[in-house]
Amino acid sequence: MKITVDEDKCCGAGNCVLIAPEVFDQRDEDGIVVLLRSEPGAEERAAVLEAAAVCPAAAIEVHEEA
Amino acid sequence: MTPPGSIVIVGASAAGLSTAEALRRLGYEGRLTLLDAEPHQPYDRPPLSKQVLAGAWEPARAQLRGQTQLDALGAEFAQGEPAVALDAAERSVTTASGRVLRADAVVIATGLTPCRLPGQDGPAGVHVLRGLDDALTLRAHLTAARRLVVVGEGVLGTEVAATARTMGLDVTLAGMGGTLLGAQLGEVIGGELARKHAERGVRLRLGVTVDELTGADGRVTGVRLATGELLPADAVVVAVGARPATGWLAGSGLRLGDGVECDSRCRAAEGVYAVGDVASWEHEGYGRRLRLENRTNATEQAQVVAANLLGADRPYTPIPYFWTDQYDVKIQAHGLPSPAAELSVAEGDPAEQRFAALYREDGRVTGVLGWNMPKQARLLRQQALAN
Repeated sequence: MKITVDEDKCCGAGNCVLIAPEVFDQRDEDGIVVLLRSEPGAEERAAVLEAAAVCPAAAIEVHEEA
Repeated sequence: MTPPGSIVIVGASAAGLSTAEALRRLGYEGRLTLLDAEPHQPYDRPPLSKQVLAGAWEPARAQLRGQTQLDALGAEFAQGEPAVALDAAERSVTTASGRVLRADAVVIATGLTPCRLPGQDGPAGVHVLRGLDDALTLRAHLTAARRLVVVGEGVLGTEVAATARTMGLDVTLAGMGGTLLGAQLGEVIGGELARKHAERGVRLRLGVTVDELTGADGRVTGVRLATGELLPADAVVVAVGARPATGWLAGSGLRLGDGVECDSRCRAAEGVYAVGDVASWEHEGYGRRLRLENRTNATEQAQVVAANLLGADRPYTPIPYFWTDQYDVKIQAHGLPSPAAELSVAEGDPAEQRFAALYREDGRVTGVLGWNMPKQARLLRQQALAN
């Protein structure tokens, strides 16, 4: 899976970090999402999909290989 | 439990769409239908009072998902098809066009209807802001208008005032509360925000009620306060709260109080669930009934509703969260920061417009606030708040 984030849409809620802290973080200065790993392994899949699903700004997109 | 063979979701905004997506993610392969009164593809609401109103985003940027993602859901989207009745026992939904949909399960995600002032529907130039069309109509008017009066000192009213002021309009905000966002965040933070608006040139009339809207030749000309003062305006935005959109559920057999009354699993009746702004449910963590009007709740509750539809037995016990962006301030509020709570700064410095604070009641932390400190507020939430 490959993840992209839209920094302009991100509202800094940090829900993604609460759900998948191995994959997402926030910038110290403004809370905008930081992608720690853009192609995480299978063990992170469920958490990443949930993080994308609950993001209140719809700022996380997950692209899964067909 | 056998998973339902067909599910109808009434409302295809953030809560309804997220429920559909979560169902598919959890492996649901049955029939899925989403009804919505809106003619537009599902879009997000928080940008409406900010980026879309300001013109910084094209409306399409506020769409929740692209066409490919919507197609991948394998759902039928019936747009411009408002539901007008539900029979909860039969799980059948009737739409405005007379279509009747029976399903094994129904999800209610019809959101809110804005409250209006008496006489509001008379003169032109008086707006509410709930949907995309509202935002575009208001934007078109604000690009031509000079003087705006916003009625309401809550999240929506203050955001509209900030956006309009940034667009260069002369803005007055009138509200019944004594400060801005006082009901949500208390007097200290409310006062801080009121100072920010005043600095930026917004005139504030707080602790006042509106007597009437004045008009001439069919157009609004001002807002008269109970104090007698007349606030001249060529545009007025009424942001005095909203009610759960449950009118269509009269006679459904469901319990309707402040929203659709659900149990702790977000279940309103056998095979009937509610999600998002419209849902009132028993929060087992707080030991009381709650209904949240915020964007995060829509997606978080959707995950639990989808799981429960498929046979899980999960209580919904979120830590509430909302944010608002106004001028150069990003406010983040976690938990239930009641106006009665005591506020103390935990990090940063209010003088530098960057701090995080804790709300305490009876010695317990009940809320966390970030003022231009989103990450630190989230970290404090993880340390201090639990459910």
